[in-house]
Amino acid sequence: MNPEDVRRALARVAHEILERNRGAADLVIVGIHTRGVHLARRIAANLAEFEGVAVPVATLDVSLYRDDNRGRAQVKLKPTDIPMGIQGKRVILVDDVLYTGRTIRAAMDALVDLGRPQQIQLAILLDRGHRELPIRADYVGQNLPTSIHERVKVRLVETDGIDEVALIFEDDFQEERAPLDNSDTGTDTDGADE
Amino acid sequence: METETILIRRARIIDPSRQLDRVGDLLLGGGEILATGRLGRDRVPDGCRIIKGDGLVASPGFIDLHCHLREPGFEYKETIAAGSRAGAKGGFTTLCCMPNTDPPIDNAAVVEFIHERARHDSLVRILPIGCVTKGRKGHELAEMEELASAGVAAFSDDGDPVYDANLMRLALIYSSDLGLAITNHSQDPSLSCNGVMAEGSVATHLGLDGIPAAAEEAMIARDIALAEATGGRLHVAHLSTAGSVPLVREAKERGLSVTAEVCPHHLTITDQWVLGDKGEAAGAAGGRAYDTSTKVYPPLRSQRDVDALVEALADGTIDCIATDHAPHELSSKQVTYQDAAFGISVLETALGSLLQLVHRRKLSMGAMIDRLTTGPARVLGESYSDLASMQSGTPADIVLFDPEEEWTVDTSEFESKGRNTPLEGTVLKGRVVATFVSGRLVYQGPGLKIEEPHARP
Amino acid sequence: MAVSRTIETPDIDDLLAVKPTPRKHVLDLDDFSREEIEEVLESARSMKEVLGRDIKKVPALRGKVIVTLFYEASTRTRMSFEEAGKVLSADVINMSASGSSAEKGESLLNTGLTIQAMGIDTIVLRHPHSGAPYLLAQHLNKVSVINAGDGLHAHPTQALLDLYTVQDKLGSGARGSLEGLKVVIVGDVLHSRVARSNIWGFAKMGAKVVLSGPATLMPPDLLRSSKRIARSQFASLVDVDTNLDRAIEGADVVMALRLQKERQNAGFLPSVREYIRRWQITDDRLAKAKPGALVMHPGPMNEGIEISSSIAHGGSSVIEEQVTNGVAVRMALLFQLTTGPGQ
Repeated sequence: MNPEDVRRALARVAHEILERNRGAADLVIVGIHTRGVHLARRIAANLAEFEGVAVPVATLDVSLYRDDNRGRAQVKLKPTDIPMGIQGKRVILVDDVLYTGRTIRAAMDALVDLGRPQQIQLAILLDRGHRELPIRADYVGQNLPTSIHERVKVRLVETDGIDEVALIFEDDFQEERAPLDNSDTGTDTDGADE
Repeated sequence: METETILIRRARIIDPSRQLDRVGDLLLGGGEILATGRLGRDRVPDGCRIIKGDGLVASPGFIDLHCHLREPGFEYKETIAAGSRAGAKGGFTTLCCMPNTDPPIDNAAVVEFIHERARHDSLVRILPIGCVTKGRKGHELAEMEELASAGVAAFSDDGDPVYDANLMRLALIYSSDLGLAITNHSQDPSLSCNGVMAEGSVATHLGLDGIPAAAEEAMIARDIALAEATGGRLHVAHLSTAGSVPLVREAKERGLSVTAEVCPHHLTITDQWVLGDKGEAAGAAGGRAYDTSTKVYPPLRSQRDVDALVEALADGTIDCIATDHAPHELSSKQVTYQDAAFGISVLETALGSLLQLVHRRKLSMGAMIDRLTTGPARVLGESYSDLASMQSGTPADIVLFDPEEEWTVDTSEFESKGRNTPLEGTVLKGRVVATFVSGRLVYQGPGLKIEEPHARP
Repeated sequence: MAVSRTIETPDIDDLLAVKPTPRKHVLDLDDFSREEIEEVLESARSMKEVLGRDIKKVPALRGKVIVTLFYEASTRTRMSFEEAGKVLSADVINMSASGSSAEKGESLLNTGLTIQAMGIDTIVLRHPHSGAPYLLAQHLNKVSVINAGDGLHAHPTQALLDLYTVQDKLGSGARGSLEGLKVVIVGDVLHSRVARSNIWGFAKMGAKVVLSGPATLMPPDLLRSSKRIARSQFASLVDVDTNLDRAIEGADVVMALRLQKERQNAGFLPSVREYIRRWQITDDRLAKAKPGALVMHPGPMNEGIEISSSIAHGGSSVIEEQVTNGVAVRMALLFQLTTGPGQ
């Protein structure tokens, strides 16, 4: 995917959200740290452009809900900021890559602790398959069948200076064991899950 | 091997009693030293075993004025047997054991018990030290005459000072009449309070109560004044502070009968070691901080104190080195610093520690040996001078050591029951190869090269 | 292992920057690097958000067991740790051991080994002897140890929450820097583990620490007048001024330490009255500090002794925030230790 592909995909997702929800009422876009947050903001910007409505954006850190923190390098916590609350709202969860589904499961657990939304829908930029849990996305930027030996690196302008998706075979990966802070090491995993 | 004839060839013979420091041969036989010098091959007696002394130092066996053998009463910490083996391994041929046993050495029966035990179990000479006060309680004088007749080498309440100044005064008068010294453990308890290590920046960092130097110096000053007033013989035990040195020096200059000893750890280890990094400059308390093997009385002090003591030892202000070997069982040390027992197991590492000073040129080899032999002998008295000499006809108490051999301290190999030493795991340079008491080989290290009995061609 | 040789005193940069290794224990702040402290504070911020929620529960430490082993009575610190563990869904077991002097440290080690044998993940230890947590940390290889206060030595979680509180209120810039802030710690420094840990913490974060209090209650090697003892590492981190009216000028933070009445009995002070006259934090004294200066106290307070009632409950006091922040900071540490690679 190149920057143009990303732009078009996000535009289409925004349209789909409006179509399915018949407008933007009661919507809250919740981005999962780190890249999900930037994507959430872009989607919200699109919604504002297309519908003329300001849809609130919130951020969510799922580190405290993961089932695989043990043995990871230093887990850095990011802020969870949902000032408008999610009680009774339609939450659109946004993340960059959907893989095993575990991150989304953790995100849903977090949301449920924070309130009782009317609905939770899931928007992702890239679905790479290999689900380990029964999770599906409502809005998909692009489907990308991958092998589990491949690593998917999503780069965004806000974090990496460019919009692109790169596929890397396992061997190509030099020791990029950076601390798992969901920011600069591509997808917020080091072979772990979404 | 008691009456066997042994020839040690080409060792560096250091005999402070004669100011001798020369490479040569040493001939022992019948429990005595027969000759030192150069022995022609044709003059080697028949049946004589030959030991290669190349690269080794041969000196009189070391005399320790201050150690704790824990028997009777604390056999779980040490026994005379184990302590003597440790001593032999460390090159000590005479050990003076302190009376803080249970029962304490305050009557002839206990002295006799120790002599008996030593006869059966000990590889080296054991000289008991008698209490100054009955039961070491500090109230009444012990029956010093009885103790002297039974054969104690000196008096001390070690473990405790003689608290009461007047009692100390009387003790000095009484004991000097008997020709024996009082070794005082200088510690003013009202100043040392609950202290567990030296007062200073490490104590502050670690939040441990400190023992000020004054706790030692105040009592040394007191005892020197009493020695002057009484003409008694005072031996100051285990000096640890820089400030105590001028006190001792000045007392000697005034002609008082004052002698002093220092321990190997106070010459080589500082309070930094309590931070746990074995003396490496440590900013943070390492994971090994509060190492209770560093807990000792007097406490390990600063580099400034260490330097002053080394200098005083070199210039003779301090007469001798004593180990204050204080073995403890594991459970008394595997507790918090505050609860841990005071004491370090020293006999087996003493020589290695002290040779650091020689290697660093802070102390000459000859001076080191003097402080381990003729120095202590002088404190004990004329009758012991033979033990510190290698002249012909003196008892063959000899230590043979390799000053260059590097070895790692491994307490699991200790002979002593006490494994409590901060030197565990450190590398020392210098090790005993053989120890003889009355011509009998009581310790043999792995490096000893003994040839078969010589047959004259 | 090295042969013993002449010791060089580390310079202040070595002191303040310790190389980080995966952390297994929290024993004192002296082995935290500045970066590590900043990370803990950042993590605590997220934890504070959780404490602000309706449902104060996250499953992060689900299935983990934490034991609070307190050999000294303490309500607030123990409760703080307990809450911290429970919000993170850990199971918290409180063990209380009598702290009588007859109890030998021997049972401390055996207690620790027993706890380890039960499969416990983390021990939070408070003990009247300095160094007690180090004893456990040295002998227990499967358990993490957090020091909740050992003798006179350290109280690292208190210092971290104090740093958090100051950063929250006075931190400048995006990273909430404490660089250059003047922190005055007042009172019985000699017997205060809170003071010691705070000295490390604030110094590492670049703040300037000044100690004020009676000379008899100041560690001897920190007093300028003490010539016998070489001033070295620890001393290089602080200034000492027994004149509080002078020391407090321009202070950004004033931290009052608890004065125990026993000190008077032990001869350290002629009277509590004199202490109050010279070192109590009063409105007049605080007026000399910077406007907006914070007043802190580790608690519990002796109102009317080290701190006047009006200050204790006045606008500059952040004493209550310290308590809230304490839970957040302890959550951050429990999370870090129980999930990090140090296990």
